Amino acid sequence: MKLVIAIIQPHKLEAVKRELEAVEVNLMTVTNVLGQGRQKGVTEIYRGAKEAGGLLNKVRLDIAVNEDFVEPTIDAVTRGAHTGSVGDGKIFVVELAQCIRISTGERGGVAIG
Amino acid sequence: MALSLRYAKPKRNFLKEASIMNSGDTAWVLTASALVLLMTIPGLAFFYGGLVRRKNVLSILMQCFIIVCVISLQWVLFGYSLAFGPDFHGIIGTLEWAGLAGVGAAPNSNYAATIPHSAFMIFQAMFAVITPALIIGAYAERVKFPAFLLFTVLWATFVYDPLAHWVWGAGGWLKSLGGLDFAGGIVVHVSSGISALVLALLLGKRVGYNHKPIRPHNLPFTVLGAALLWFGWFGFNAGSALAADGLAATAFVNTNTATAAAGLAWALIEWRHNGSPTILGAATGAVAGLVAITPACGFVNPMNAMLIGIIVAFVCYIAVAVMKGKLGYDDSLDAFGVHGVGGTVGTLLTGIFAQKAINPAGADGLLFGNLHTFGIQCLMLVVTVVFAAIMTFIIFKIVDAAIGMRVEEKNEIIGLDLTQQSEAAYTVIE
Repeated sequence: MKLVIAIIQPHKLEAVKRELEAVEVNLMTVTNVLGQGRQKGVTEIYRGAKEAGGLLNKVRLDIAVNEDFVEPTIDAVTRGAHTGSVGDGKIFVVELAQCIRISTGERGGVAIG
Repeated sequence: MALSLRYAKPKRNFLKEASIMNSGDTAWVLTASALVLLMTIPGLAFFYGGLVRRKNVLSILMQCFIIVCVISLQWVLFGYSLAFGPDFHGIIGTLEWAGLAGVGAAPNSNYAATIPHSAFMIFQAMFAVITPALIIGAYAERVKFPAFLLFTVLWATFVYDPLAHWVWGAGGWLKSLGGLDFAGGIVVHVSSGISALVLALLLGKRVGYNHKPIRPHNLPFTVLGAALLWFGWFGFNAGSALAADGLAATAFVNTNTATAAAGLAWALIEWRHNGSPTILGAATGAVAGLVAITPACGFVNPMNAMLIGIIVAFVCYIAVAVMKGKLGYDDSLDAFGVHGVGGTVGTLLTGIFAQKAINPAGADGLLFGNLHTFGIQCLMLVVTVVFAAIMTFIIFKIVDAAIGMRVEEKNEIIGLDLTQQSEAAYTVIE
């Protein structure tokens, strides 16, 4: 089991969701996050006071998947979020020690899908 | 003969009585009073509330709201009498009208001959309310609530009330000199603005100021507040004619013209200087325009009102965006930069652009060959600045010694909403 964490541009969320549904990855957790990467932040100005490098809005998806779905998930997120410019985001893949479905108490791979 | 005439023509006498009290004037002044209330809550409350961090927004709304409650009562109990009551050597009103004794439906011809004395009183009450509320901008995000309360009552009593008497009260010594302040550039804006600067210097900077930019938490609130200020200011300025007449219309037109010019000018200045026109800039400029036209609106022509708006935008922009950063004081929401500086600009420009052709009861300014008026304006300014600064310093020291003005650092970091009001504006989790 792996946890795929994707940080993407907010306006790409719908496209990424469509691509994930196409490869039958339907379960995810989505949060609004702030961040900065190679794109750097924007400069904000309040009554002449400049704030350089303000953080940008991003969307984070947490997707738990079984081994067979790891590569399709990565491909789907990439297809949906790619524009080719800095700021498209990142995908992190980490080992997932356990998964428990609260309603039934099922554990492991069967609880993920 | 006279007796028989009176009895012979009762109708004419009745009409004469009716013409003393003017229902149009009364309706307008009462409406204007409500408009000026709208400037404090919700206008100023939201203008300032949007500019602070989310952890302090309720403290600002609370301070504005409680000032309306407290000063309304102070005004009825003794404030109105101190400011407008029977004169004592040009310095202060006596307490003869405390509790509004004798202030009723009959007009007082010293102030406004065609409206009930109580209508004049309640119109002035709203000015007394908003003036200490303007100072909130200087001490925002770091003052103890009890200290704020005590400071506000003392400031209203020992700064606002005497000053209002000097400039507006029958027999007031600055009024007798012939100074021009149509709607409160000196009494309201210079006094509160200077006091704001003194407080900002005495209180010190907010924790983290200069190391970390302090961003407004809700600019839409601020813009909503600025728009309500603009709207309410028609009551403030045009209402100061104390009649529904041509002078009120002149003040109304000048107010709108100067404000529009200042809002646009500020946006253009920062577009040129920083690369983007901001809504906070346009709103701030508009408020600066409102402040500057306040003393002038009943004395100048519309083209000069436009000029006043443009000039004040430049001067306040320099004060807020350049000077404040260089001098390093933390006037949190620019109460001094907008009201103190804008009020000063407006008072001086009134002494330049005023003309008797617009208001025969006024005077000609520098531009119309009269140096005297300009000199009086300068004198009024110096007197107000010195008086407000010294009194604010003394009141601060008293309150600081009695209760402590500033919150503990720990509480400042947590935020005033939770530590002073025990409530939160926004829930993150249901």
